[in-house]
Amino acid sequence: MDTSQYMQMFIEESEDNLQRLNENLLELENSPGDLNILNEIFRIAHTLKGMAGTMGFTKMQKLTHNAENILSELRTGEIKVSTELIDILFNSLDALENYVDEIIRTGSEGHEDYTHLIESLNEILEGKGQEAETQDKAAAAKEPISTGEITLPEAQKNVVREAQRQALNVYQIHISLSPNCVLKSARAFIIFRELESIGEIIHAVPPVEDIEDEKFDLDFDLVVVTSHMEDEIKDILMGVAEVDTVNISRVSVEDKVIESVDAAAPAIEEIHQEPDQDEKPKTQSKIRPVASKTVRVDIDRLDALMNLVSELIIVKTQLEGIGASEAEDISYGESIEYLERVTTSLHDAVMKVRMVPVEIVFNRFPRMIRDVSRDLGKEINLIMSGEETELDRTVIDEIGDPLIHLLRNAADHGLETTEERLAIGKTREGTIELKAYQDGNNVVIEVTDDGKGIDIEKIKQSAIEKNVVSREIASKMSEKEILDLLFRPSFTTTKEITNVSGRGVGLDVVKSKITNLGGHIEVETKLGKGSNFIVRLPLTLAIIQALMVQLGDETYAIPLSNIQNIEDIKVSDIQYVQNQEVILLRNEVIPIIRLHEILGVERQEDKETLMVVIVQKGDKQVGFVIDDLIGQQEIVIKSLGKYLSGIKMIAGATILGNGEVALILDINTLI
Amino acid sequence: METSVSTKQYVILQLGEESYGVDIQSVQGIEKIVTVARVPQAPACIEGVMNLRGEIIPVMNLRKRFSLKQKEHDEDTRIIITRIEDSQVGLIVDEVNEVIELDDEEIENVQIIDNNVDLEYIAGVGKIKDGTSVVTLLDLKTLIEDTLL
Repeated sequence: MDTSQYMQMFIEESEDNLQRLNENLLELENSPGDLNILNEIFRIAHTLKGMAGTMGFTKMQKLTHNAENILSELRTGEIKVSTELIDILFNSLDALENYVDEIIRTGSEGHEDYTHLIESLNEILEGKGQEAETQDKAAAAKEPISTGEITLPEAQKNVVREAQRQALNVYQIHISLSPNCVLKSARAFIIFRELESIGEIIHAVPPVEDIEDEKFDLDFDLVVVTSHMEDEIKDILMGVAEVDTVNISRVSVEDKVIESVDAAAPAIEEIHQEPDQDEKPKTQSKIRPVASKTVRVDIDRLDALMNLVSELIIVKTQLEGIGASEAEDISYGESIEYLERVTTSLHDAVMKVRMVPVEIVFNRFPRMIRDVSRDLGKEINLIMSGEETELDRTVIDEIGDPLIHLLRNAADHGLETTEERLAIGKTREGTIELKAYQDGNNVVIEVTDDGKGIDIEKIKQSAIEKNVVSREIASKMSEKEILDLLFRPSFTTTKEITNVSGRGVGLDVVKSKITNLGGHIEVETKLGKGSNFIVRLPLTLAIIQALMVQLGDETYAIPLSNIQNIEDIKVSDIQYVQNQEVILLRNEVIPIIRLHEILGVERQEDKETLMVVIVQKGDKQVGFVIDDLIGQQEIVIKSLGKYLSGIKMIAGATILGNGEVALILDINTLI
Repeated sequence: METSVSTKQYVILQLGEESYGVDIQSVQGIEKIVTVARVPQAPACIEGVMNLRGEIIPVMNLRKRFSLKQKEHDEDTRIIITRIEDSQVGLIVDEVNEVIELDDEEIENVQIIDNNVDLEYIAGVGKIKDGTSVVTLLDLKTLIEDTLL
């Protein structure tokens, strides 16, 4: 049966549920007695288990099931919440997340069993006597791979011995129903009836009553005494609708454990191979690129879109009317104006649909900080604000890792240890603040800590030691320039490497990621007071403000965010430094780049004055000589496609009003 | 309509005196020549990029690709829009004549052609008009990816 159509839904909801489990578990840790939270956790875990089961992800289901056992004991008060317990539950969540990730990547849950986790979950239950024990057993038996573990009660063993004396066959039959099966108990009933017509069912796991009450997931085990051979039984059972797989193995009593007879072994092997490795990937290979990107859209925004589209239709009708009736230009002009308004709003509306709140990224940080704080033995209070700030989906996807890095840095290098804090009269608990807000066309995300701050002298020394800069240059650098050294590749000031950060992959990676997104990062710091990392990101990547310029008869776009100003420069003012044309502008030496040469445009005769666009990248300024200015314009960035992606100085292309194409210059690579 | 398995349709295009055929399966459309924006530092045979109903697609000049003499674009000049996997590429050709059907027997292998010709992107030679005339069949994937990747 094909469950692929539900795959996307499953992935989204599982991610959601896992996130909520994380949040609730954090709350539970803070208020261990709260039954409401516990109930909520239980409910979500149960949903998750059910969904995993429906989709046929048995390993995921099994792990959730084991975690659920613990939760249910917590609920009844049999076990108390402890940090260790929460840790194990968190680890289980991580494992479940890994399953989901694997499913997104490959469409199957992979082969990792996380047996150690299940063991530690069960260890907690252990003290809880037989009940929990048998529950575990049942859970284990439900997992197709771990069949062959049924322990027969003594009475049944006698039956088996008797049967063997009579040369009857005793089989353990493991039956999995199809995940789409609706009336499981009815199916089970049919299976029972079929089996009873050829033999006798002497034992069932879970018990027959439970199976009849649908108290089982998808599979169950039966022990049957019969004179028929296993192939016949298999044929009969596979004939029942909605039966997915049937595994049959011979039961022998000597060892009280079930042993597969030699002849049966390859058959079982085969059956196992099929459902677990072959079949699932097969049904799911169709949907291999499972991780198509989706955006949840507020229905209001869709309504707004819908309204705008209806307005478009009105304009269209108007324009048609004009064509037909030959009525004069007044209404034509009006219609065009109307059309313009509609398209502008339409554009905005579509952009809004792509926007998602940063909350999606922020959500996982409290959990992360909790773990980090335990790892480091520091008490950390994470304050988040501005979660509702919205960013383009493409930016959101990329911003998570850099932020994690910054937060970890703040926790590890920024904050002092508790003892140090107390010694210098700071509060026991360190504070990390994560805040997002919109600032014009940018979204700003700040990561602030109240720790020890950055020692600028130390950076300077370290930079000199590592030959990043020479001593002379270093002595002339401003504080800001020195701080910028932090973002150079493999520059780290921590002496020891910890689990949390400082593994050499440092702020340079953060910076390059953010730069790739068209944003930039800077740091402010006060020694002893703390540091503040400020990340600025464009609201959206798809649309930017650009300055359109003319070079020869070609049009190019320069992103406005890179542009400082536009100057008319007299040719006679151009000077040469080592063969490089420069100009002196407000006491700054700015190199001049002839775009014509770089872009291979035919150069026109130098006029008396040149038009120069001064662009900035970091602290560097460069002047681009252009032929003419066309104006400022909002442009939609389009990719040049994979065949031309190797051309570095072009960031993309955009379509102009007249339908022609203009290329967008990539300032970062041009400077 | 049933087509025999071994028959394929080819779009026949003209470059100077020569006829070439491309598999119709990879042809998305045929456009009249439009303004193409030159892309700096692109391979020489890439004329630039064009706007095809909102998509930006690279345009390759087949004359340049085959090192033929350049010719002004005129009335007959066409851009054949091809799609290889997920990427589109436009090919500028002198003109597009017709679509023909060829079955396997009418396609010759290319070993017969002498060594000076780059055979990589030639899928075969098709005999048309009862064997009185030939077209060179192009392997578009190789042709495009060899040039651009």
